[in-house]
Amino acid sequence: MTPVVDIQHVTFTYGEKVALDDVSLTVEEGDFLGLIGPNGSGKTTLLHVMLGLMAPDRGSVELFGQPVEKFDQGERIGYVSQQATNRGGSMPVTVRECVRMGRFAHAGRGRLSAEDREIAEDALQRVNISDLADQRINQLSGGQRQRAYIARALASEADLLALDEPTVGVDAESRDAFYQLLDELNDAGITIVLIEHDIGVVTDRANRIACINRKLYHHGDTESFVESDALSEAYGTTGTVVHHHH
Amino acid sequence: MSGTDKHATTADSQPTLETPDLREKIELAGVSLVGVLAAVMVGFVFLDWVRHYPYADVAFEQFLIAGAWMDVYLGTNVFRHAFMWRSIATGVLVGVVAPLVGTYLVHRQMALIGETLAHTAFAGVAIGLLFIAVTGWEGSLLVVALIVSAVGALLVQWLTERTNSFGDVPIAIMLTGSFAVGTLLISWGRGFMSIGVDIEGFLFGSLAVVTASGARMMAILSVVVVAIIAMTYKELLFITFDEQAAKVAQFNVSGYNTLLVVMTAVVVVGAMQVLGVILVAGMLVIPVAAASQVARSFRETLYLSILFGQVSILGGFAFAIGASLPSGGSIIVVAILIYLAAIGVSMLAGRSGTAISTH
Repeated sequence: MTPVVDIQHVTFTYGEKVALDDVSLTVEEGDFLGLIGPNGSGKTTLLHVMLGLMAPDRGSVELFGQPVEKFDQGERIGYVSQQATNRGGSMPVTVRECVRMGRFAHAGRGRLSAEDREIAEDALQRVNISDLADQRINQLSGGQRQRAYIARALASEADLLALDEPTVGVDAESRDAFYQLLDELNDAGITIVLIEHDIGVVTDRANRIACINRKLYHHGDTESFVESDALSEAYGTTGTVVHHHH
Repeated sequence: MSGTDKHATTADSQPTLETPDLREKIELAGVSLVGVLAAVMVGFVFLDWVRHYPYADVAFEQFLIAGAWMDVYLGTNVFRHAFMWRSIATGVLVGVVAPLVGTYLVHRQMALIGETLAHTAFAGVAIGLLFIAVTGWEGSLLVVALIVSAVGALLVQWLTERTNSFGDVPIAIMLTGSFAVGTLLISWGRGFMSIGVDIEGFLFGSLAVVTASGARMMAILSVVVVAIIAMTYKELLFITFDEQAAKVAQFNVSGYNTLLVVMTAVVVVGAMQVLGVILVAGMLVIPVAAASQVARSFRETLYLSILFGQVSILGGFAFAIGASLPSGGSIIVVAILIYLAAIGVSMLAGRSGTAISTH
C-alpha cells in the first residue's frame, strides 16, 4: 500500500542553522501520528516540508505516492495552521464562508454548486457548530474556531488532516472535546498528523509517535515510545518536558 | 447569500435592527444601483469615444441635453459639460474598483502597497512627461504611468516575497524612492521644456485633470478588474484568509498575489486622476475599514465597501463642486466621516448585544 506521506532523508536549513537533519518517516493510511519535540526542534518545519509549503535542501517527500512538488490533489489535505499565523483573527468572515473554502479546490473556476454547499453544511453539523454558521469567525472562542477549521478540512473531504498545535489557548473542556472529535475522525479512516506540545495528550490519542529534535529520535508505535529513552534524549536531561493537563 | 439556508437558524440569536433578509435586500439593491450607475458611466465614456460617428453623435448630444435639464432642476452648472461627465464617470468607476481591490489588500495587511504604487505611478507620470516631450509621442500620459506602475507592482511583489522579516521596510524605501525620482525628473525636465500638465492636479486630485483618454482608460480597466475579481473571488478570498492552507490546497498563491498587486497598480493609476497621488490609497482603505466595522460576512464587506466608496465619491464631488475645492481631499474627508459613523454604529450594536467589532 502506498503510504500517505513518505519522507526520505530530508535535510532543511535556515541559512546556517540546521532545522532538520536526515529525517525519514512514513505515515500510513489511517495513522494518527503525534509529532513531538521541544520548542525549536523543527516540528513545524517538518510539517511544512511534508505539505510542500517549504522545499527541503536534500531528500524527497511524497504525498499519496506523488512527489510533493508535483502534487496536485490539494483537496485531499486539510491543514490547520497555528492560530497565531491565521489572519482570520481580524477578517470579517463567517464560519460558513470559512467552511465553504474547503470546497474551493473542488469547484474550479465557477461558483460553488448546491452539492458543494450541502457538503459544507454537513461538515458544520459533523463538528457540531451549525448554530454558529452565521457568526463571524473572530467572535468564536478558540475551541469553536478550531472546530470551524476542522469543518473546512472535512468539507474538502480530506484524507489527511495536518494540525499544528491546534489547541493553544483553548480551554481544557473544549480541548478534550476537540481531541474526542479527532479520535472519531481517525476512527472513520482519516489520517491525522498532529503537532502538540502536551506529550500526555499525544500518547493518549496517537497510535504512532515521531519524536524529533533536528534528528528523528523515535518513529514507531506509541507503546514502544513510552518505554524508550527517546523523550529524554530528544529533550535533553535538563530540558523541560511539558506534561500537564490544564 | 446564506439567509435562506436550512441551517440559518441563528437569526434569533443575533438581534439586529432589521431582519437579515431586509438588510441583505437593501445592500443588494444599493450595489445593483451602483452597478447600473457604473454601466451608464461606461456607456457615456464609450459614446464620448465614438461620438464622431453617425448616430453616436446624436446620442452624445442627447446625453448632454439631459444633463442640461438636470442643471436646470438642480440649479447647477455641471451636468451640461462633457468634461464634468468625464470626471464623474471616472469617479464613479473609482468608487467601484478601488474598494473592491482594497478589500483584499486591507485584509492582507497590504494597505501600504497601495500608497507605494501611487507614488510609483507619480514617477510614471514624470517619465511619461519626459518621454512625450522628447519623442513627440502622441499617446496618453497615463498609459506610461500605467506601465511604470505595473512594473513597480511586480518589483514590490518580488521584494515582499524575498524579505519576509522586514516586509514593510523595502516597501517604504520604494515609496519614497519612486516619489523622489518623480520630483527630480519633473524639476529637471522643467529646465529644458515646458510642462503643460497640472502637476498639482496629479498630486492632490482635480476634476479638471481627467481627459477623455483618461476616462476611457478608467472605463476599460474597471471592466477588466471587475471581471477578474468576479472570476477569482474564491481564490482571492481563500488566499487572503489563510494563505498557508490555500497553498496546501494547491492554489497558486504567488500568482494570485501578483495578480492582486498588478490590479492595484492599475486601479491606482486610474484613481490618481480624481484623488491625487497622495490621497489615492485612502480610497483603497477607508471604505473597507468602515465596512469591516459593521459587516457580518466577507461578502457583505465587499458590498458595503463598494456602497461606502460610492457615497464618498459622489458626496465628495458634490462638496468639491459646491465649494470649488479639490476633489481628492473632499472625497477622503467624506469617506472618513462614513468610517467614524461606522465605528459609532458598531459600538452601539456592541452595547445592545451584537458584538461586531473587528477585534
